[in-house]
Amino acid sequence: MIGTAAMICLGIGLLFNILGVIGILRFPDVYTRLHAETKMTTFGTIFLSLGVILYAGGMLIQTDDTQYLTLAIHTTIAVIALAFTNATGSHAIARAAHKSGQRPDPSVVDRLAEVKGK
Amino acid sequence: MNDIFFIAIAIVALLTLFAALRLAIGPTAPDRVVALDTINTLVVGAMILLAAYLGQTIFVDVAIVYALLSFLGTIAISKYIGGEL
Repeated sequence: MIGTAAMICLGIGLLFNILGVIGILRFPDVYTRLHAETKMTTFGTIFLSLGVILYAGGMLIQTDDTQYLTLAIHTTIAVIALAFTNATGSHAIARAAHKSGQRPDPSVVDRLAEVKGK
Repeated sequence: MNDIFFIAIAIVALLTLFAALRLAIGPTAPDRVVALDTINTLVVGAMILLAAYLGQTIFVDVAIVYALLSFLGTIAISKYIGGEL
């Protein structure tokens, strides 16, 4: 039962990671690539970790071994660290790309450049 | 359950290879930083899966440290590209 839930979470995580990597290979400019990559891989890795947490919980119920409790807690800490740092890192990359002169390739308006131009 | 973890690790490793393709062919520097960020996230996920697959809980601590240090690397490269460093 809980193993099936872990398998479903692993499947969702792998699907979203695959979509993120397809996104960085297919999209035309750096901002759309960043948009696809950071959301998809963050969500996918959160779900992969959720699968591991569910697996550890199931093994903890089965075997009463405290190393599975440690596995679940440390995986939670890792996924919290990943979720907070990935969003901040993608913001820093997008800001650096705009500062280094990259323009959105099929763009209609670029309000940030207009504001900076004044 | 162990076979499923192995398959998942294999798929994540394959995805890392495809992200490295963008790292190699990316036309500009910010594209390469995006690919590097993808690889970092995928490696953290693979480390967590490996900890469950091998039954070594200590590997997850490596994943925590890797997540925080790769964030520092991304910030440093971004500041350099943006001309603030």
